[in-house]
Amino acid sequence: MADAGLVETLLRCVEKADGGLDSQDVATSLGVDHQAIVGAVKSLQALGDVISAEQRSSKHWELTGEGCEIAEQGSHEARVFSSIPDEGMPQGQLMKLAFGKVGFSKAMSNKWIRLDKGHEGGPRVFRTVENIEDSVRDKLLVVQKGQSSQLEEKEKSELKKRKLLSEVTVKSYWITKGSLFSTTITKQETELTPEMIASGSWKEKKFKPYNFEAMGVAPDCGHLHPLMKVPANPVLSVKQIMMLQARDQHDTFFLSDPAQAHEFPLDYLERVRKVHSEGGFGSQGYKYDWKIEEAQKNILRTHTTAVSARMLYKLAQKEKFTPVKYFSIDRVFRNETLDATHLAEFHQIEGVVADYGLTLGDLMGILHQFFTKLGITKLRFKPAYNPYTEPSMEVFSYHEGLKKWVEVGNSGVFRPEMLLPMGLPEGVTVIAWGLSLERPTMIKYGINNIRELVGHKVNLQMVYDSPVCRLDPRKSNN
Amino acid sequence: MPTVSVKRDLLFHALGRTYSDEEFDELCFEFGLELDEITSEKDIISREQGDTKAEGASDVILYKIDVPANRYDLLCLEGLVRGLQVFKEKMEAPRYRRVSPTSGEPQRLVITEETAAVRPHAVAAVLRNITFTQERYDSFIELQEKLHQNVCRKRTLVAIGTHDLDTISGPFTYTAKPPDDIRFTPLNQAQEYTATELMNLYKTDSHLRHYLHIIEDKPVYPVIYDSNGIVLSMPPIINGDHSKISLNTKNVFIECTATDLTKAKIVLDMMVTMFCEYCEEPFTSNGNAIKLPEETLMDESTERIAQLLTKMCLRSEVMSDGEQIEVEIPPTRSDVIHACDIMEDAAMAYGFNNIIRTTPRTYTVANQLPLNKLTELLRQDLAAAGFTEALTFALCSQEDIADKLLKNISDTRACHIANPKTAEFQVARTTLLPGLLKTLAANRKMPLPLRLFEISDVVLKDETKDVGAKNNRRLCAVYYNKSPGFEVIHGLMDRVMQLLEVKPGRDEGYHIQAAQDSSFFPGRCAEIFAHGKSIGRLGVLHPDVISRFELTMPCSALDIDIEPFL
Repeated sequence: MADAGLVETLLRCVEKADGGLDSQDVATSLGVDHQAIVGAVKSLQALGDVISAEQRSSKHWELTGEGCEIAEQGSHEARVFSSIPDEGMPQGQLMKLAFGKVGFSKAMSNKWIRLDKGHEGGPRVFRTVENIEDSVRDKLLVVQKGQSSQLEEKEKSELKKRKLLSEVTVKSYWITKGSLFSTTITKQETELTPEMIASGSWKEKKFKPYNFEAMGVAPDCGHLHPLMKVPANPVLSVKQIMMLQARDQHDTFFLSDPAQAHEFPLDYLERVRKVHSEGGFGSQGYKYDWKIEEAQKNILRTHTTAVSARMLYKLAQKEKFTPVKYFSIDRVFRNETLDATHLAEFHQIEGVVADYGLTLGDLMGILHQFFTKLGITKLRFKPAYNPYTEPSMEVFSYHEGLKKWVEVGNSGVFRPEMLLPMGLPEGVTVIAWGLSLERPTMIKYGINNIRELVGHKVNLQMVYDSPVCRLDPRKSNN
Repeated sequence: MPTVSVKRDLLFHALGRTYSDEEFDELCFEFGLELDEITSEKDIISREQGDTKAEGASDVILYKIDVPANRYDLLCLEGLVRGLQVFKEKMEAPRYRRVSPTSGEPQRLVITEETAAVRPHAVAAVLRNITFTQERYDSFIELQEKLHQNVCRKRTLVAIGTHDLDTISGPFTYTAKPPDDIRFTPLNQAQEYTATELMNLYKTDSHLRHYLHIIEDKPVYPVIYDSNGIVLSMPPIINGDHSKISLNTKNVFIECTATDLTKAKIVLDMMVTMFCEYCEEPFTSNGNAIKLPEETLMDESTERIAQLLTKMCLRSEVMSDGEQIEVEIPPTRSDVIHACDIMEDAAMAYGFNNIIRTTPRTYTVANQLPLNKLTELLRQDLAAAGFTEALTFALCSQEDIADKLLKNISDTRACHIANPKTAEFQVARTTLLPGLLKTLAANRKMPLPLRLFEISDVVLKDETKDVGAKNNRRLCAVYYNKSPGFEVIHGLMDRVMQLLEVKPGRDEGYHIQAAQDSSFFPGRCAEIFAHGKSIGRLGVLHPDVISRFELTMPCSALDIDIEPFL
C-alpha cells in the first residue's frame, strides 16, 4: 500500500482538476518522485472504481549532465571568450582550462577569437568581437524550462549530437475521477471474519475483490488408480493360479515351486482324459495321448477363462442347474519382455452366461449391450478360432480416430467337450466374451506407454490428474 | 495365428478376378481370415536390413493373411483359393478320392518294430502325374514348412519328407538304427556321412540345429530305405540327396513320420489334398459323415443350411426324413470333430453379421464376491483419507521380497517361476510393500509427502490347496516424508479399523504391541492384533531397506491381511 497521505493528496488534486491530470505533472507540482505517484495510482485502482487511470507514454527532451553545466555556466566557447582579457592570452594557458579545447575550436569557428601564431613569447589568443550571444546556452535554458517545443527539430538534433540533450520516454497515467470517486478512502478487508459477523461491521466494510483468474489451491487428497476406475462395476476376482490342460506355449509362466497341483476330482479328470484322447459327448476327440503329468503342471493363468472353467465346474456340481451370469476382472500373465505395449501381466475382463438354449444371436446381443456401456456402439463380428469355443468370434469396433475397424475383444460358445465332462446338463449353452482392461483405458486416457499406467513406473502426476471415467458415447474417444 | 504370404496377382488370377485391397479385406473378414499386411519382398528386406540390401529384390505385391490356427487347409495359395472359390459359389466343393495306380500294385511302406523306441508312426502317399511350375513348386515347399511350424510342432510330432518316386523303388522300409550304422548323402551335400557325423555337421546349421534335440539322445535314429537300400530320409532331420524332387518331378512320394499318428494323418492329408489339383486325376480317401442334430443355431430351413454348409466345402444333403442333414467331412477339414464345428461353418456361410442380435431372457440376481466388495469399500475410504492408489506387478524378483527387505528367501512362502525371461519375474509377490517402495522410487521428484496404498492379492504357498498355493488379499500403505510419520500411518490403521467396525481394546477390539521384524527399524515396529489374532504390522522401515530401494527419506508402512474381516 502506498503512503496513505500521498494517496489522499493525489485524490484532492484529482478532485480539483477538471477533466483529469497527468501523473507526471502531479509529481512535478507536488515535488515528489513520479514512482511514488504511480504507487498511489495502483493502490487506488485496487480499491475499485475510485479513479480511472489510463496509461500513456510521452517523449520529451532532457538536458544531459554536460547540458546542465552549460545551462548554468555558459557554453564552452562562451566561457573561452569571457576568459580572454583584452590583451589576449597565451594559447598554452587557454588550453589548460577544462573547457579550453572544445571552447577554443568552437569560438574560432564562430570567429569570436583569433590566434596570433607569430606573437613574441609564443602563440596568443585575442578577442575579435566586443560582445557575443551564447545561443547554445539559451537553447538549453529553453529546454530546461520544459519549452523544448519552441526549438526547431534541427536545433534539437544538433544539441543531441553534442550530447547536451537526450530524448526520454516517460510513462505516466492520465488520471480522472471514477464512478465511486471520493477523497476519503477506507481500508479494504481481505476476508470476512467471525468478528465482523458478530459485530455486524461487515455492512460498513469494503472487501478487496478476488482475482478470479488465479488457480485455486490444490486439495490435499488421495486418488484412485485410473485403471481401477474404469470398471463401472466392482471387481470380481478369483484364484490366481489355475490348472489348464497341457500347454507348451512359449509365453506361459510355469511354476517350479509348487510345480504341480494335486487332489483332482478323479471322475472329472477321467472324463477330460477320455474326451481328449478318445472322444465322447458327441465328439471325435483330439486323439492324442493325454497325460496327467501335463495337466498337473502349475502355471500362471494366461486367460481368465481358467477361472470361468473353475466356476462352471462348481456350478455343475450343484444338485440342480440354475442359470448364471458371471464376470471377472483380473490379472493374467504372459512370459513376454516388457515394452511400450506389452506387459508380462495385464487385466482381462471376462463375462460368462450359462443357460438352456442360448444362441449366437444372444451372445451378439449381450456384446452389443456390453460395449455400448463402454461407449462403443459400432460392432461387427469376425469368425475366429479359440481352442475352447465354437463358434468363436472376434469383436471389432469402428475407431473414428483411426478410421478403421479395430479388434476390441474375443468371444464364443464354449465347446461341449469342455462343458459336458464337468457334468453340466446337455442342452445348457455357455456363452463367453473377454477383453483386455488396459487397451480401452489407454485409449480413454490417451496414454501411449503402458508402463506409465501399470506397475511401479507409474506416473503419479497422471494418477493425481486423471478425470473420472465416464464412458457414455459422447465422452468416449472410441 | 499362422500367417500365409501369397503373391497378390497370382491369388487374383486363381480367383478369376481382381479385388481392391478394401474389397479383399472385407472378403477375408467374412471368411474368418485377416489381411494382416500388404507388402513386397523389397519392403520386407528394406525394413529388416536397410534400403541398400533391398535393391534389386522383387517388388511383387504380397498379401500376408492370418489364418485360424486350426485351419491347416488354408496354409497355402491352393487351399485359400479353393476355400474362397467354394465360399463365393464359383466352384463346387471338391470331393477327394483315392486312386490306384493304372498299372501294378500300390506302393507300400513297411514299419519295423525298432521305430517304437524313437518315432513309432509313419504314413505315406503318392501324387501321380503332377505338373510343377516354379510357383507351384515354391508353394509345395512352403506348405511343408508351414505345417512343420504349426501342426507338426517344429517337427516333434510329425516330419514330412517328399521324394521323386521315379528315382527310387518300393516297397519302402521305415526302421530305426544306431547312428553309426546309418550312412548316406544328405540333401544338397556332395559326400556321404554317418548319422553321427551329420548331427555334428548340423550343429552349426542355422535352420537344422533346432531339430537335432528331437532324436539326439536316442539309441537309434529313424531312417527310411527303398528296396535297393537307398536312404530316402532320416526323419525328422534331413532327406537324402538321391531322391530329391525338382520342377521336373512327375510322381511324388510323400512320407510323414510321427510321434502322434492322428497328426501324421492330418499332415499327409493336407499335402495330398492341396496339391492333387496339379495331378491328372485328383484322389484320396472318402470323407467321414456326421449327422447334424435337429437343433441348430438358426431358424433356417434344413435345405438352406445344407446349402450354406456346402459353401464351406462341407457337402451336405437333407436326409429322407427332411429333418436331418448328412454332412460329408472332407479330409481337408481335420478341425471338424463335433457337430458344433459344423454349425459354426453354417453360421459363417450365413454371415455372423446377418444373425439377428437378441437378448437372452436369463434372469439372475447380481451379487459381488464379498472379498471384492470389502476391497472396493476400503479403497474408496483410503483415497478419502488422502492416500493415492498404486497398481503394481504381482511378479517380482527374489531380491525384492527377500534381500531388499532384509529377509531370507527361504523364510518367505514364495511361489517360484520356472522359466522367467528376466529377473523381474522370478517369484510371485508375498507382500505388496516392494511394489509400493518401487513406485515411490520412480516418483521421487514429486512433492512430499507421498502417501500410497494398494489393496491386492499376494501369493503364498499352501499345501492345503489343490494347486499348492493360495491368494491372500492384503492392504499395504506407505508414508514417505522428511520425518518418518509413524503417527500418520498409525492414524491410517486406526481409521481402517474404524471402517471395519473394530474398536480399540485388548480382547474383542484391536491393539498393537512392539514386535521384531528385520524390515523395520529396531524399536519402531509393532504387530497389529484384531479379535486376538495377528493381522499384520506397522512401523518405520529400516534405513537399509530404504536405501536398498533407492530411497532417501524416512518411510513408515502398514501391511495387513483383510481376509479376517470378511
